[in-house]
Formats: sequence, structure tokens, C-alpha cells
Amino acid sequence: MSRTKGDEEEYWNSSKFKAFTFDDEDDELSQLKESKRAVNSLRDFVDDGDDDDDLERVNWSGEPVGSISWTIKETAGNSGPTQEGREPKNRNSFSYGQLPKPTSTYSLSSFFKGRTRLGSFQSLSDALSDTPAKSYAPELGRPKGEYRDYSNDWSLCDTVRRLRKGKVCSLERFRSLQDKLQLLEEAVSVHDGNVITAVLIFLKRTLSKEILFRELEVRQVALRHLIHFLKEIGDQKLLLELFRFLDRTEELALSHYREHLTIQDPDKRKEFLKTCVGLPFSAEDTAHIQDHYTLLERQIIIEANDRHLESAGQTEIFRKHPRKASILNMPLVTTLFYACFYHYSEPEGTFSSPINLKKTFKIPDKQYVLTALAARAKLRAWHDVDALFTTKNWLGYTKKRAPIGFHRVVEILHKNNAPVQILQEYVNLVEDVDMKLNLATKFKCHDVVIDTCRDLKDRQQLMAYRGKVDKGSAEEEKIDTILSSPQIRWKN
Amino acid sequence: MAFHLRPDAPELPDFSMLKRLARDQLIYLLEQLPGKKDLFIEADLMSPLDRIASVSILKQHEVDKLYKVEINKPVLSSSEQLCFLVRPRIKNMRYIAHLVNTDKLAGRTRKYKVIFSPQKFYACEMVLEEEGIYGDVSCDEWAFSLLPLDVDLLSMELPEFFRDYFLEGDQRWINTVAQALHLLSTLYGSFPNCYGIGRCAKMSYELWRTLEEEEEGETKSRRPEIGHIFFLDRDMDFVTALCSQVVYEGLVDDTFRIKCGSVDFGPEVTSSDKSLKVLLNAEDKVFSEIRNEHFSNVFGFLSQKARNLQAQYDRRRGMDIKQMKNFVSQELKGLKQEHRLLSLHIGACESIMKKKTKQDFQELIKTEHGLLEGFSLRESTSYIEEHIDRQVSPIESLRLMCLLSITENGLIPKDYRSLKTQYLQSYGPEHLLTFSNLRRAGLLTEQAPGDTLTAMESKVSKLVTDKAAGKITDAFSSLAKRSNFRAISKKLNLDYKAELTLAQRQPFAL
Repeated sequence: MSRTKGDEEEYWNSSKFKAFTFDDEDDELSQLKESKRAVNSLRDFVDDGDDDDDLERVNWSGEPVGSISWTIKETAGNSGPTQEGREPKNRNSFSYGQLPKPTSTYSLSSFFKGRTRLGSFQSLSDALSDTPAKSYAPELGRPKGEYRDYSNDWSLCDTVRRLRKGKVCSLERFRSLQDKLQLLEEAVSVHDGNVITAVLIFLKRTLSKEILFRELEVRQVALRHLIHFLKEIGDQKLLLELFRFLDRTEELALSHYREHLTIQDPDKRKEFLKTCVGLPFSAEDTAHIQDHYTLLERQIIIEANDRHLESAGQTEIFRKHPRKASILNMPLVTTLFYACFYHYSEPEGTFSSPINLKKTFKIPDKQYVLTALAARAKLRAWHDVDALFTTKNWLGYTKKRAPIGFHRVVEILHKNNAPVQILQEYVNLVEDVDMKLNLATKFKCHDVVIDTCRDLKDRQQLMAYRGKVDKGSAEEEKIDTILSSPQIRWKN
Repeated sequence: MAFHLRPDAPELPDFSMLKRLARDQLIYLLEQLPGKKDLFIEADLMSPLDRIASVSILKQHEVDKLYKVEINKPVLSSSEQLCFLVRPRIKNMRYIAHLVNTDKLAGRTRKYKVIFSPQKFYACEMVLEEEGIYGDVSCDEWAFSLLPLDVDLLSMELPEFFRDYFLEGDQRWINTVAQALHLLSTLYGSFPNCYGIGRCAKMSYELWRTLEEEEEGETKSRRPEIGHIFFLDRDMDFVTALCSQVVYEGLVDDTFRIKCGSVDFGPEVTSSDKSLKVLLNAEDKVFSEIRNEHFSNVFGFLSQKARNLQAQYDRRRGMDIKQMKNFVSQELKGLKQEHRLLSLHIGACESIMKKKTKQDFQELIKTEHGLLEGFSLRESTSYIEEHIDRQVSPIESLRLMCLLSITENGLIPKDYRSLKTQYLQSYGPEHLLTFSNLRRAGLLTEQAPGDTLTAMESKVSKLVTDKAAGKITDAFSSLAKRSNFRAISKKLNLDYKAELTLAQRQPFAL
């Protein structure tokens, strides 16, 4: 096909296969850029794949572009001035786009040249009559500005900026690993967690997990976001794989253990806890997990047993103090309290005996005494309370000792409305004199106050206290007797 | 807060504009769905919403019924249009999706609108898409970021910030912070002086600057009403937040819980059979005088005030008609108001005192003092042990342990193990997870053997690679944390005896 110079110009200036001429003016560059984007977006409809017959592109010699024959001609024709070979040399550097000079701002169809198509596009191209060439692009009457929103070709910074503003932004074009990582790094530099997560969602979808994990291992900020994201959407499987990959054994174990909270059925939960025992916890934590399992196991047994007893209605303690709640999933101390309340006198062999619990879980004396005291005091079983603190020393004498401090004992007794005589007995056992006096005064243990004041030889305080006791009471008499006693050498 | 103004201080900016903006925005969004609609609100947003737009305003804009978003509970609304006002959390998305999909299965189509506050997250969109309801709901953002709680106190009302950032390291709310700052600088002028300390502070500042620069030229140059801004990361000072509160406002919060600047006083306080919701801010004249006072002074002060009030009432005995008329028209209302407030606060005081004596408050304070000043360490530790053994309160036990850990740069391993075991036994074995979280957040740690300064330095020097930049920052910040609390105390001359620094807890405010 021979062509005149004019034709040639026309060809170069209106063909799809246009050279990028550097003598374009600067202010046109943005127009071009945007046209480039427009073209790019069109490419998405138009360029549906090389095997799409309808939209086959052909060059002037009638050969379909991209076909083998065309390529061969291309390479061969680079040196000759033949028309066929006159394809722009650097065409190949544009994987997506050419920069046609816009001859009309509203219709891109004039940019396209190609084999005339029968069918729907025919009429459209006819409508755009100012170009002689037939076009096959669909009519695009939308204004320039709008193309921006539908285009896909934002730079890295712009993409991240759009994400930060919450705009719709497809990340599909970041296909190479390098592009993806650059995108991620840009997102991290912006500090916005929402953007970082958005990019991670995309990477999770488009990268194999091994690659993803490997890359995130050295990117702490992004890694944290991924972990949090996986936790939030509940992708436990991937989360555990991630921890395994990172060799974070403890977090792996904890994450697995955490699942038990979602299991409501006690037996299932117990079974699940059993599987947790073998997890890579630290030594102490393994012991705790073991205890958790053992505790739940016990509670299931106790609960079943007690529910049976309660409904049978024969056991006094359950009749007098019906259970308010199930013992399942309660802490150990609460379970111990329960055992001391309902099963105090049971022998060591039973599952619900407090002593058994103490031995199994290695409950320290302090804790045991405190809990047993609270339980027995609630039941007003003062003899049991007594027995808790009474020990026989080697001479056979009984003595009262407490691992928790008698002031605590007094407080608990008082909270449970113990009678004054009982309170008094224990207040007397408080070693620290000031505390003893304080407590005695607070709880109105008159005898103790009186005796203590006498021991301290504190006349003033005794006299002051006289006003607090009932008129004519035995205590008042006692005070008077002491005050008038000549044997005491008062301090004040 | 409501500090007492110095005579030469400039006027406070008018923050009520923030409320109006938020309200107008919400109304606009509601009107995008014309017609009657039911509004589902997330629990966390209910109090702030109350302060911004009352129920009557909502009803004016065709909101029919209000419901609380309750996961796992069936939805009883029969309205044709449902509107959800939620935070951008995945569990909320699943809740909404469940609702919509149930409707779809039942063959029912309604209109659904989701209003995200303060913004929508991509993860939420992903879930909506996954659940197949992306096209069935319309999404909007209610960019409410700052709520004025008092004339000089703004709050973002984002309690989840702490956990998301300081525990999980998720930076999702940094944009929200930047947006809030941007809003402030747009309304009140750009702040000329900015100072900060902490990693999050730096990131927020940088993102905010980015926002400002993007919109250069749009902001009119006006005289800034806010001169200085200080960014402080919470983890720079956990101690303040962990101490017991001893000023009146703090104790009211402790006892009754102040939400968004208002509190619910029950019948025992109001001396009637009704509960009353009271707004606690600078407008309550009685409250503003006692809020920052140490509790021991408050009761005396209130009694004195009550006596004065009585004296004022008694004045009317000696008045003639004209004076009486004057009195009734001018003063009586004010006196009645004051009387009402006084009796409320006295009632509150009584409740607080009752609760605190029951809880052995004195000993608690004594222990805290010991921890802050660094004496009687063993006693403090045994107090904590006992506190745990007695199952007093799971939160308070943890609070004390964290205070011990921070003031002592971590618990000694023996104590850590024993207290942890006791805690698990007292409050439940699942708290193994709690301890792990607290350790990650730096609140309750164990002293590692050989964790001297030199050991830390050599650890840091080994990490000198680009990729480990994050690790270096972490190492340095943990170094900063480990820099002795006591040393800082001394340097800043913090005197706990005077109890000046036992400041009240603040919501996460900027």
C-alpha cells in the first residue's frame, strides 16, 4: 500500500500504534496521561485477550497485531522504511498504553483504527463521522474528569492516598511481588492501619501463604496488622500456621488455648483442654493448663453428683442452703469454698472433699484456712472454726495458731455476724496491741478493751471507754473496779 | 477538668460547634433514608449519641424505634427500613449480615443502611462482600471524632483505642486521630506549637501534617485559638492511670461510673425512689467547687455549704414584702437549684464513704503510697497476695500488681510466679490469657535475669539492620519504659505525700 506523506502523518497521528514523541509540550502531558488512563480503561473492555476474535487488532498490512507473523515482520522491518515495518520502535515498552494525540476530547473512538466491524459498533462509528477510519470502540460520552475515577492506573503514592481517603481503589494491577511489597511499604509509611490492613487483605488473596509469611516476617508493623486482622475475622487456621512459621510457640499455644472460651458444653470443653496440655507452653503455664483441665474434670463430677443429691432432697445441707449456681467453670478458690460449704466433713478420698482439693491442687495453707473459715463462718459452725486454728503442741496443750493473722479472722467472723463471745476470743489472739484495741473497740468487745487498757496501764483511755459501755452493765462495774484498784500503777 | 481561669488567660474556644457539626451530620445521614426507620445503636455509641442528639431530635427525623445492637440476640424490629449506627468492627458486620441474610431466606426485602462511626474500614467492606450483602446495604460514615464533655475537655470516646494500639499494635485509629486534629485546626486555627512523646504520638502527628499539607490553601489563615498541643502516649505514664482516685470526681467515677460526662445516681443518693441522670460539668456550681478536692475535704465543705444555704433561706424571716418579692424572683430559684445539687452530692458522698470503708480503702491507699515511694515492698506484696486470696476484686488485684510491676521495673520472678498462680486460683484459670496480654502491653512483666542496662545496650547494638528498624524502636522504647520510674519521679520532683499527683483518671482525650 503506498501512501502519501499526508497519509503517513495521518497514520502516525491517529493510529492506535503511536509513537511516544518527546516533543509533546508539557501542558499536554497531563492530558496525555489522562488519555492514557482512559485508553487503559478502555483496553479493559476492548482488549479482552488475544484470542478475542471480535476485537482483533490489525495493522495496515492486514495482519493481526501480536500474531507471530506480525511480530516477525516487526523485528525484520525495523531497519527498512517499509510501511509494515514502520511500527514505532519503542512500542513494546508500553505494555499498556499508547498516547494518541487527542483529536476530540469526548470521543475516544477516533483513536482506534482497525478492521471494520460488523455489528453493534458499526453504527457508533458512523455516528462519529469526523474520522474516516472505522472505529470499533464503544461510544464514550462521559466527561474527562470521570475517567479518573474508573481508571486503574494510579501511581503507588496516589493509590495509597486514595486508600487513606477511603476511596474505591482496585489493587489488582500490583501483580509483581516487588510492586506488592512496595505498596505495602508505602502503606506502612503512611501509618494508617486501615490502609495497611486493606493492602494485607489484597496480599493474602494474591500471594501464597508461604511467600506472604516470609515477607511479613521482616516487616513487624505489617505483621502485627495481619495477626490482628486474622484474629478479628476468626481465621484461626491461618493464624496458627503463621505462628508456627514464625516459631512463636508460646503465642501459638495461647491462641489455641483461647478457643476454649467459645466452647460452651462442659464435656467438650474438658476434652478440648486435654488437647491443650501438650501445647508448647512454658513449664509453669503447662502446669496451669493441666490444673485447668483437672479442675473442670472435677467440677463436672461434683456438679453431676450434687445435682442428683439436691433433687433427691434427702441431704440437709442442700435443703437448708439451696445452690444458687452451678460450680462449673468457677475458679479453684470458689470451688474450694463450695466444697468447704457443702462437703466439709467428707473423707479425703472423695472428689468433693476439701482436703482432696487442697492436696490435688497444692493449695497453700493460708488460702485453705481463709476459705474454710469463710465457709464455716457463713454456716455459723463455730466449732469447725475453732478446730481450724487449734493445734496440739508437743506437750499436749492446745494452742491457737493461724497462718493468716487473727485480725483477718476477726473481720471475717464479724462479716458473718458471729456472736460477741466468739469475736472476743479471737480479738484476744491478735498480737499487735494497737490493732487489738482498734478491733475490740470497733466490734464492741468490751472485755478485751478493758483488759487491754488495764494491761497498758492507760487510765485515760479506760475512763473514756467507760462512757461507751451501757449504764449499769457488768462492764461498767468491771471498769469501776479496775479504776479503783490500788494495785495498778497508772501511766496517766 | 475545668481549671480556674487566671485573670490574664485567653477565652476558651467554643467547642459546642463540634457537637453541632456532629449532630447536623448525623441528621443529614438519617435523612438519606427517608421515611420511618428503626435505628440500631451499638452500646458504646449510646452515651455519646445521647450527648449529641437526643431521642426527640432523632424522632423528629423519622426514627421510629431505637434498639441496641446485641450480638446473638434475635432482632425484633418489624420496620421496613433499618439503620445501623456502629463502629467499624467485624463482629458488627457479621451481626448485620446475619440479619440481612435471614431476611433474604425468609423472602423479605427491607432497606438497610449502615452508618459507620467514625469511619468505614476496608476489612468491614470485605466482610460485607463475603457475606453477600454488599449490594443490599448502603454504607455511610458519620465522622464524629470529638465530643466536648466540658468547657475545656474533649473526648474521642474511643475506648477500644488502647487495646487495639497498645496491645495489638494496630494503627487503625491513627487516621481518626489525625482527622480529629484536622477538624480542630480547621475550626480553631492551626496550632503553632506541637510537642510530643511516644511512638503513636509521632505517627499521629505525621499523618495529621500530611492531611494538612494535602488541603493547603483550603484552610483559611486565621488566628489560632489553640496555641500549643502536646501529644502524649498513654504508655509513657501508666502509673497515673493505675493509682486509686482520691478526688471527688474520681471517686464518683469509681463508685457510680461517669459516662460521657454524666452519671446515674440511684435512689440511695437522690433520697427518693427514682434514679436521676446528672450532667457533671462546670455548669454544676457545687460540683465545680469540689470536683478536684481531696475527698477528705469534701464532706466538710459540703456541710459548710449546706449551713450557708440554710442561713440564706432563713434570711427571709426578717424580710418585708418588697424584699421578699425580690428574693423570690431573683434568688430563690438559684438557691433551690443549689439546694438540689447539694443534697445530690451529699448523698453521693455518703454512698462513696460507705463503699470505701467496706472495702478497706485506707489500707489500699497506704499500700499504693508504699509502691509509689518505694518503701515496704514486702508488705505491699503481701497485701496484694491477701487481696487476691480474698477474691476482693479481679480488676483491683490486677491494678495493684501492675502498679507494683511498673514501679519496680517488673516483678521478681518468684513473686511473678506465685502471684500469677494465686490469681489464677482465685479468679479463674482462663486468666492465663489475661497475664499474657498484660505482659505484651508492658503492664505486668517479670524482671528478666541479667536485665541490666548494659545487657540491654548490647542487645540493641546487635539489631542494627534496616529490616529490624521496628525492633530497634521497640528496644529503645522498652528501654525508656525500664528507665526507672523512681528516677523520673525524683527528677520531676513528684511528691506523693502531698497527693498532688494522684490525679484523676482521664478518658483518652486530645
